[in-house]
Amino acid sequence: MNYEDMEFFAPGHRACAGCAAPIIVKWVLKLAGPNTIVVNATGCLEVFSTPYPHSAWRLPWIHVAFENASATASGIEAALKAMGKKEGTNIIVFGGDGGTSDIGIQSLSGMAERGHDVLYVLYDNEAYMNTGIQRSSSTPFGAWTTTSQVGPSKPLGKEEFKKPIADIMAAHKIPYVATANPAFLPDFKAKVQKALSIKGPKFIHTISSCTTGWRHDPSKTIEIMRLATETGIFPLWEIENGDFGHRKITYMPKQRKPVEEYLKPQGRFRHLFSEPEKIKEIQKMVDDWWAQYEHPQ
Amino acid sequence: MPMMMLKGNESTAYAAKLARVKVVPAYPITPSTVFPEKVSELIANGEMDAEFLPVESEHSALSAAIGAAATGVRTMTATASQGLAFMNEILYIASGMRLPIVMAIGNRALAAPVNIWADQQDTMMVRDSGWIHFYAETNQEALDLTIIAFKVSENENVLLPALMGMDAFVLTHTMEPVNVPEQKDVDAFLGEKEINYPVLDPSKPATFGAFVFPEHYMEFRYSQYIAMEHAKKVIDDAFEQFNKIFGRGYSKVSGFQVEDADILFITMGSMTGTARETVRKLREEGEKVGLVKITVFRPFPKDEIIEITKNAKVIAVVDRNISPGFAGAIFTEVAASFTNVKNRPKIIDFILGLGGRDIRVENYEEIYKRSKKAMRGKFEEVQWIDVDEESVKEVEGSL
Repeated sequence: MNYEDMEFFAPGHRACAGCAAPIIVKWVLKLAGPNTIVVNATGCLEVFSTPYPHSAWRLPWIHVAFENASATASGIEAALKAMGKKEGTNIIVFGGDGGTSDIGIQSLSGMAERGHDVLYVLYDNEAYMNTGIQRSSSTPFGAWTTTSQVGPSKPLGKEEFKKPIADIMAAHKIPYVATANPAFLPDFKAKVQKALSIKGPKFIHTISSCTTGWRHDPSKTIEIMRLATETGIFPLWEIENGDFGHRKITYMPKQRKPVEEYLKPQGRFRHLFSEPEKIKEIQKMVDDWWAQYEHPQ
Repeated sequence: MPMMMLKGNESTAYAAKLARVKVVPAYPITPSTVFPEKVSELIANGEMDAEFLPVESEHSALSAAIGAAATGVRTMTATASQGLAFMNEILYIASGMRLPIVMAIGNRALAAPVNIWADQQDTMMVRDSGWIHFYAETNQEALDLTIIAFKVSENENVLLPALMGMDAFVLTHTMEPVNVPEQKDVDAFLGEKEINYPVLDPSKPATFGAFVFPEHYMEFRYSQYIAMEHAKKVIDDAFEQFNKIFGRGYSKVSGFQVEDADILFITMGSMTGTARETVRKLREEGEKVGLVKITVFRPFPKDEIIEITKNAKVIAVVDRNISPGFAGAIFTEVAASFTNVKNRPKIIDFILGLGGRDIRVENYEEIYKRSKKAMRGKFEEVQWIDVDEESVKEVEGSL
């Protein structure tokens, strides 16, 4: 069945203009269809989609807390199994980077290790946006946030690297892990479809621009996310069963654009342009990742 | 009905089996670990038809229980002490979502210093979480009250989670003969699980755990308050019906030798047996003493306590917990129950048995002695029993 003409995530929710999360959610649900139960970790998505007594969800939806969406999904799967209703029912978790890479990583790891038939979709806006742009382990190197402030003693912003959550999930040897970018919609859709066709735990790491936190023009969301992949900062790939040797790049930029093109339109990186060494460092990190991919050691 | 030699944790596992629980997420913690072990064994042997989730933390155990209960199946877990503390956030969510989850607790002390033995501080810590509280004196009670907990929790006028406390080791790890009910009788008592609340069902989408603003939040809290009030009668009805089928009677509060007693012990959990022995002994010596046992702590049986203690001159509350800065939790509740009662007895709080220190007949005799003295004179409101006050004074100084 094709549900692409149907909307399971209703318009009228309270997301900021230019927020990428609703785009991600709406497309995942169109591919999943009506026989789906959604679990949501605490975060922007949960808050802007369910201001009581309204709900944007035309599917059964549950939010319990910040760190336990994966555990909740595990319980739902067990209940469906016990009732003999698991077959044909999708269980999809949506979590932000805080709820996935930080506070929720334990329950996510547990769900993956136990092998529950759940699709986990991370919408990674690279900081705690719901509470007002605080750094997370998923915030990239060099980004300003309200807890990685930039000043004379701290010219860089965030000094640590982004946690490679998708690699961590692939290391669990779960059947399917992918990165996806809604700016590359056919690739995004193919990955969601593939994930939904596989039994067991699946993890899709999507990049999700936050205009408020990334500090860019709301009309540029897709453009900037596209640059994330075209510069090679957010490569699109998939790994099955933890086979890192066969990481499949699903979009190969003919010529990677310089990282400046991605950094420049975002206010969170503005300070880096008076620290050109740091931009070179970011470029080197990107180049190193691709060199490692092309010539693994 | 077969008699079996069961530990407390096995009694609650058999209760789960007999209640036809469908999902059991659990995480090991002393003294509750035997529960998931036994459930795992019953499932492996084909005696129990359920999904067992060996989750990676207590926090996830209760979170998975919420997922399962919200999907519409009977769900049970077990924990103790630090595990219950770790669950705290989720306890309030389970009750706020009005999900009838049942949880067995091996009542154990909280760290620090770390201690794995009997103490009721853990469940007193979650007094306000919106869960119904049952407490067992014996392993038979642990089994029966767990089954009753499902009946009460799932009642459409209640729909609140329930915990069933049993003291660490004294019950959880001690074998007692337990009358294990027949499946058909438990089926008759509980009936088919009726889904009388919205569940996560793709054919009827519903939103669980929405973001609620000040104009609606209070009504949700008020609903919970009312549900807990409803639970008072629902519990009485469930006890009565249980008695009809199984011939074992329960009540929220039960008395022993209360009629003419000047002094009444108030106890909860396994400490009650020793108190009963002491009452027998003191009665033989001609002392007018009796005992009141609390089986249901939430909803608090205020009216029942006022009624059953109406002839007493002194109430000696026995608290296996302490709220530093005030008193024990049961004392607090009992004392508050009398706030608007004219002729109230003297109420004294005795703190003892913390961290698994044995509660012995001599301790109750001491409590009785002090209570008798208080009957005619002044008294300290909070008194510690069987504690080495001198060694503490050396470090902390005298009061």
